[in-house]
Amino acid sequence: MNWQFFLEVLVGGLLAGVMYSLVALGFVLIYKASGVFNFAQGAMVFFAALTFVSLVERGMNFWVAILATLAVMVVLGIAIERLILRPLVNQPQITLFMATIGLTFVLEGLSQLFWGAQPHGLELGIPDEPMQWLSENVGINISQFDVFAAVVAGILVAVLAVFFQTTRIGRALRAVADDHQAALAVGIPLRQIWAIVWTVAGFVALVAGLMWGARNGVQYALTFIALKALPVLILGGFESVAGAIVGGLIIGASEKLAEVYLGPYVGGGLESWFPYVLALAFLLVRPEGLFGEKRIERV
Amino acid sequence: MIYREAGQFKTTYPADQQVFPIRQDRIAVAMLLVVAFIVVPLVANQYWLSAILTPFLILALATLGLNILTGYAGQLSLGTAAFMAVGAFMAYNFELRMPWLPTLVSFALAGVCAAAVGIVFGLPSLRIKGFYLAVATLACQFFVLWALQRIGWFTNHSASGVITAQKVVILGYTFSTPVDKYMLTLCVVAVLAVLAKNMLRSETGRKFMAVRDMDLAAEVIGIRMMQTKLLAFAISSFYCGVAGALYAYTYLGTVEPEAFNLDLSFRILFMVIIGGVGSILGSFMGAAFIVLLPILLNTVAGPIEHLLGLTLPAGLMSNLELIVFGALIIFFLIVEPHGLARLWQIGKEKLRLWPFPH
Repeated sequence: MNWQFFLEVLVGGLLAGVMYSLVALGFVLIYKASGVFNFAQGAMVFFAALTFVSLVERGMNFWVAILATLAVMVVLGIAIERLILRPLVNQPQITLFMATIGLTFVLEGLSQLFWGAQPHGLELGIPDEPMQWLSENVGINISQFDVFAAVVAGILVAVLAVFFQTTRIGRALRAVADDHQAALAVGIPLRQIWAIVWTVAGFVALVAGLMWGARNGVQYALTFIALKALPVLILGGFESVAGAIVGGLIIGASEKLAEVYLGPYVGGGLESWFPYVLALAFLLVRPEGLFGEKRIERV
Repeated sequence: MIYREAGQFKTTYPADQQVFPIRQDRIAVAMLLVVAFIVVPLVANQYWLSAILTPFLILALATLGLNILTGYAGQLSLGTAAFMAVGAFMAYNFELRMPWLPTLVSFALAGVCAAAVGIVFGLPSLRIKGFYLAVATLACQFFVLWALQRIGWFTNHSASGVITAQKVVILGYTFSTPVDKYMLTLCVVAVLAVLAKNMLRSETGRKFMAVRDMDLAAEVIGIRMMQTKLLAFAISSFYCGVAGALYAYTYLGTVEPEAFNLDLSFRILFMVIIGGVGSILGSFMGAAFIVLLPILLNTVAGPIEHLLGLTLPAGLMSNLELIVFGALIIFFLIVEPHGLARLWQIGKEKLRLWPFPH
């Protein structure tokens, strides 16, 4: 086996996995804080990316557009809390899950209604080219853009960690995630917290949308990356930010390795199901994922 | 006044245990069957039969299948369309490779194959629960479609992947017109629905419900978890498999993997939720709702456009449809999270007291 090629595939896969983690992060945030399995995360990514691109195309400054999109996501988060979560308090989880699927349709429709359905290109100023230093000295090709995405993901996780660990709101968020009722009892405003969580998820969606949009173009297919994030989630555990990162890395790397080394034997196209089967096999050993909370069952 | 069981005394156990113990219910069901079997074929036009009623029945059957698994046995699944695909493709292969087999038998065998696949992908349910299981069933969805596209044997090495379904011939009679196909579908669906209704009030159904309500407690009182969960997956997949075969043979007329994508799985899950989780009647109501909703939206959109004196571009229209569809689902979940079947139940309670509510 050619180790250089192996390394190239491995690192490429790991970096691609970081992109999955970015999407999975949004899922985890919402699931942790409100117990909602938010299927609309993919649609939110699409919505954020499309809004941003359309604003930039209409001549808005890059940073102003980011702020404007962020504002839109804040409004969206609050609206979701008001219109969907609040009336559905205390419903079974599956009902909330179905509601987020409904939300997916609404968001997809809304974003295309406002900005049109044509695909957009998105330029962040980072070329998707191999890093010269690495290809010359080590002999492996690693895309500059992938490294950039990984750095962004790292910064995002660090910011989120600081936010969760040190700020007042972050502590409230963790309290709510731990126990809704106890959090209410000590006077944490649950509704506000949910609105904030959805806003933060909107922010994560924006970052993920920028990365994925720059990579694949901003188009309808962006909504499907939510499906890519699902095996990452079950592998890492629904409740764990660290799980989303590690799960993303494992899925990304193994998916690429499988495609390259197993693909030729079975006719290719492994990427569509391999992550799921891998995650499934993994669940048989650890039913709550890598870092998920262990369930204690009582009769 | 009209709908109440007062005065209907049962003197034998069989009379007490019949499927519909209230006389009015029996009359209503009989009338429904008369309408479905006699009035509809006479009255409905081709468009209604082939584009609305037949798919409605087929999707109701698939919904029923998913409802057995999700509503009665409590195992969430997102792989319904994959089981349907297995049914469709195996029916095609039985017809192709064993032409001497009666069509209905090959449909049933296709259902059995789907049940086998269901058991394999039901195995994880013994270890994992809830959303983890839902995502795990997605593995089934993607893997099955991939296998159907890549492995040539299933499609008989067809280059395009889209295969024309063979003619449906039963006892020398070719089912070709929309009415024929509707009747065939209706017969299959009616028989399977009655079977399901009976199964779910038998020991098996009760086991399913015990597992749904709390599987640990069910295990403690001596219900075999493995047997029960796998049986639920098998029966559910059988129903979905037969529905898939019908979907390909009496509705689409083609056998293709793309018809059974994730979108279909979600639509069927919607039907279960909107109709009512854990209700056979709800399966039919949910299917009717989701099948009719886009048609209704289209019908309503026309006059509104006319009224406002503007023509909306087609792209805008489809997006609006998407928004309204999503919003209606959310609205519905908020207003009646237990589905249409619950509304029906409430209506019946009211009717029992009518017209003297006190």
